[in-house]
Amino acid sequence: MSPGTGAFRAEVRDWLRAHVPSAPLPSVDTAEGFARHREWERELAAARLSVVSWPPRYGGRGASLLEWLVFEEEYHAAAAPVRVGQNGLFLLAPTLMRHGTAEQCDRLLPPMARADEVWAQAWSEPEAGSDLAAVRASAVRVNTGRAEGGWLLSGTKTWSSRAVFADKAFGLFRSDPGRHDGLTYLLFGLRADGVTVRPIRQLGGETGFAEIFLDGVFVPDADVVGAPGDGWRIAMSTAGDERGLSLRSPGRFSAAAARLVELWRRAGGPDADSLRDRVVDAWIGAQAYRLHTFATAARLAAGGTLGAEASLGKVFWSELDVALHETALDLLGPRAELRGGEEGRWLDGYLFSLAGPIYAGTNEIQRTVIAERLLGLPR
Amino acid sequence: MTFTRSAEQQQFASSLHDLLAAADVPGAARRWADGDHSPGLALWRKLAGLGVTALAVPPRSGGLGASWLDVVIACEELGHHAMPGPVAESAAAVPGLIAALADERLSARWLPGLAAGDLIATLALPPWLPHAADADAAGLVLLAEPGAVRLATAGTRHRSVDPARSLSQARGREVLAQGPAVAGAVARAREAGTLACAAQLLGAGRALLEASVRHAGQRSQFGRPIGSFQAVKHRLADVAIGLEFARPLLDAAAVAVTDGESTAARDVSAAKVACTGAAQRAARAALQVHGAIGYTQEHDLHLWLTKVRALAGAWGSQAEHRARVMAAIADGSLAWS
Repeated sequence: MSPGTGAFRAEVRDWLRAHVPSAPLPSVDTAEGFARHREWERELAAARLSVVSWPPRYGGRGASLLEWLVFEEEYHAAAAPVRVGQNGLFLLAPTLMRHGTAEQCDRLLPPMARADEVWAQAWSEPEAGSDLAAVRASAVRVNTGRAEGGWLLSGTKTWSSRAVFADKAFGLFRSDPGRHDGLTYLLFGLRADGVTVRPIRQLGGETGFAEIFLDGVFVPDADVVGAPGDGWRIAMSTAGDERGLSLRSPGRFSAAAARLVELWRRAGGPDADSLRDRVVDAWIGAQAYRLHTFATAARLAAGGTLGAEASLGKVFWSELDVALHETALDLLGPRAELRGGEEGRWLDGYLFSLAGPIYAGTNEIQRTVIAERLLGLPR
Repeated sequence: MTFTRSAEQQQFASSLHDLLAAADVPGAARRWADGDHSPGLALWRKLAGLGVTALAVPPRSGGLGASWLDVVIACEELGHHAMPGPVAESAAAVPGLIAALADERLSARWLPGLAAGDLIATLALPPWLPHAADADAAGLVLLAEPGAVRLATAGTRHRSVDPARSLSQARGREVLAQGPAVAGAVARAREAGTLACAAQLLGAGRALLEASVRHAGQRSQFGRPIGSFQAVKHRLADVAIGLEFARPLLDAAAVAVTDGESTAARDVSAAKVACTGAAQRAARAALQVHGAIGYTQEHDLHLWLTKVRALAGAWGSQAEHRARVMAAIADGSLAWS
């Protein structure tokens, strides 16, 4: 562990102990809950804890990857609120830092760090899910009749998490015919003229994601990320982050496994006896993911890169998450179906975990990537 | 806290791999199964030339005094090549036991020979390890119990599912060490042997995956390589995932044992559970991908398939190891260290 990590861990732990709300906030997928989560993000940002790994000029501390993992462990161990801005923080921000202009970073990252602007992802479409390169929503170049050059966006995006209450979205649009080489990465406002957002109720009953209809929505050139037509390559580098380290840090599973062991210990009786091995396996899985991530972080810090190996982790953590929560529900027995309350958090976690094998590239797509790119099996 | 293998350690594994790949280990394993230990023993001396047998022996007894991570790296490569013989016993547990007994006379008597590769040792450690593996090929057989360590002679010999492995009853004779200090040394030998066994399983699992990928790329049916079918791809991807996430547990456990961490027993058991599970998944997939040819003794695959089944229950069953993990995590020692 790098020098200073111990002091950093202590600072984060102490701050969270003093600030994490004692009662859970209302669901982030309600108007009130969204606003409360936004306030929480501002509190984090004021302590310079909302984006510890970012450069100081954007609101971070320039922390190392290892320190970021430590932050995440403490954050999840403290059962702190879900990060309302996570799509922007963990997907768009690394993309802007790698492919965006200095002007874009200066303009967009500080308000993102303070949750003044919360971002949603607009990639999937009704006919472009696993086959993301089949994107049809279009970006048409316009440069007449306006003060600045830009693009008109039209089409439908869907399964856009947090889009019901978020401010802006980042998406992939077809600017030229073809597949991978005709896509452009663009940013747009969710309350801009021509945008309609239709909330979609998820499996758990809340409007966690939305469909976005775009009808000639103007986007200035300043909100194109990277070069027009280069969107696929840029998006895939974001997807690598999503599957790789940033979206599901091990702290989440370590904390959940610790709570599962505690649930098992308190349960006792024949049900607990029969579920012991599954509890142990969930704990071992969380520990494996944690050790693996720390080793990966050390490798990246030494100049290594993360490519198709990210697919190994995505399948592993998403299946671990489902197994862990299924075990908790089996321990709860007849109480498992009850919504709300302290125990109901296991059910919420379970419903959330079920989405894991689907988003960020389905696990079937990931297994094919592993087989072809890592093992070298024929296409 | 972070466990990445150093460039030197990766180079060591690669040298071992090269030596074993050129040495016809499957041929030696087949001869071993027929009762002819000579090619296997010759291989053992070659491994000694690279320092494998000296890793767990302290420097003052002619060894290298290496870390348990080095021992794990070596044993993983031996498992990768289905090396016959009492690998976990002779390369890890017995030298670990004798060194931990800290008795100059015993060290002088056995450790130099073990380090040099002239002596192969095995042991029984009941109830964890009720029989001594490959006692008929060993020059030293021990019976390790919490109260005493004895020299032993091989009693009734049993065949294993792994044809290149036998199991013998260990009949205790001369007491080598006894008293309260012995329990700690025996416990240390148990962790060392379990780690080495887990490493062998991980290595065997890797070999089974490699063989499956090779076969799936070469074998054609319906006019295309079977490895192009999604059912085969996804099954082998799952094998790769299991192996990938077992290794960090193994390496972390080796570091915990080396450093004498309070979590060592928990970590060793977690590693054994994960490596066994990953290797068994690799074995089932490998047999299925190979089809009928994999279900023969004509094909070398059986050497790995049967070794995985044998080692899966050796050095503590999955149930015992899961119980040990739960005992550690349920009493509150949940520190994520």
